[in-house]
Amino acid sequence: MSTPRLLEVRKNVLKQNDVVARALRDRFHSEGIFVVSLVSSPGAGKTMFLEKMLTTTRRHNRVAALVGDLATDNDAQRLARSRAPVRQITTGSLCHLEAAMVRAAMEGWDTGPLDFLFIENVGNLVCPSSYDLGEDMRLVLMSVTEGEDKPLKYPTIFNSADVAILTKIDLAAAVEFDERTAIANIQAVRPGMRIFKVSAKSGEGMEEYLQYLSERRAESTSAAHVEIKP
Amino acid sequence: MAVSAWGRRLSRHSRGAETNVHELSIAMSIVDMAQEEAFQRNVKVTAVHLRLGLLSGVVKDSLLSCYDMACAGTPLEGSELLIEEVPVEIFCSECQGSRPLSSMQWFACPQCGRPSAEVVRGKELEVTALEVRE
Repeated sequence: MSTPRLLEVRKNVLKQNDVVARALRDRFHSEGIFVVSLVSSPGAGKTMFLEKMLTTTRRHNRVAALVGDLATDNDAQRLARSRAPVRQITTGSLCHLEAAMVRAAMEGWDTGPLDFLFIENVGNLVCPSSYDLGEDMRLVLMSVTEGEDKPLKYPTIFNSADVAILTKIDLAAAVEFDERTAIANIQAVRPGMRIFKVSAKSGEGMEEYLQYLSERRAESTSAAHVEIKP
Repeated sequence: MAVSAWGRRLSRHSRGAETNVHELSIAMSIVDMAQEEAFQRNVKVTAVHLRLGLLSGVVKDSLLSCYDMACAGTPLEGSELLIEEVPVEIFCSECQGSRPLSSMQWFACPQCGRPSAEVVRGKELEVTALEVRE
């Protein structure tokens, strides 16, 4: 056998995903759809937050949601109560969504024209961080019951997100949530990140976030004026 | 296309899949990529060189153990994965330069302490070279 030689190649392992994500992003932009993805650990309140968001935003906007789940369609059923179009992506044993799954889910899905598409990732703070889904904004959710050091334990996903949402804020006092430490920890791994404190249950803080969402969409699209009234 | 092969390999290694699917799917992409390259050039791959950023979201040890699984039954079986870890660097607007982080829990300039979210290195996940035999 000949002696081994070194063959130089330069290939991004996630190139395939990135290419699909870029194409999705272009397509969403050309259709004026602002795409928001949600990541968190299981049980942080993604589905509840999303249900509230869908119910509220759909009063004045055309919205839809894709929801990734390992095995069940429980989340999709819950979200269907908002009466917005919802489609489930069952990932089987896969612990995250990939751009190709989003593309496949969009195929043949007649949502009509949309202003917002929400994508709920699988509950996991590790795997989803590497995969671009073509979203405009990635939200990382963390509930007050999780412990203030979550951002320090999972710096990669917090760093990859654009906005942090502290959920279940109505329980903060009961669990003696140390808000200042939590915020400092988020800022340590993602300096300057915008943080919202919300309770999807009581509605506290939702209006402020939705206002922000509407501003971001108005900035990113050429749409003349987008308004979300809570 | 790739989905069925993927599914087959996943189910074949379902035990590993439960814990490491993310790294397993990355490992399978690496193997597929190397295999394609090797096929085109009609060579056999003995090792794959990979640059892995500490902010890539991929864990080195997990990827290494998944690599062997992903290689099983392919022409790359028995090959080695050589990982070069890339530290995270941020751009410091105060010092006007890129600086390596002193900790993944503190995105700030290690010299002046100014926080920075501008990551210039550390997200790499790329195959840089293959060791091959004719």
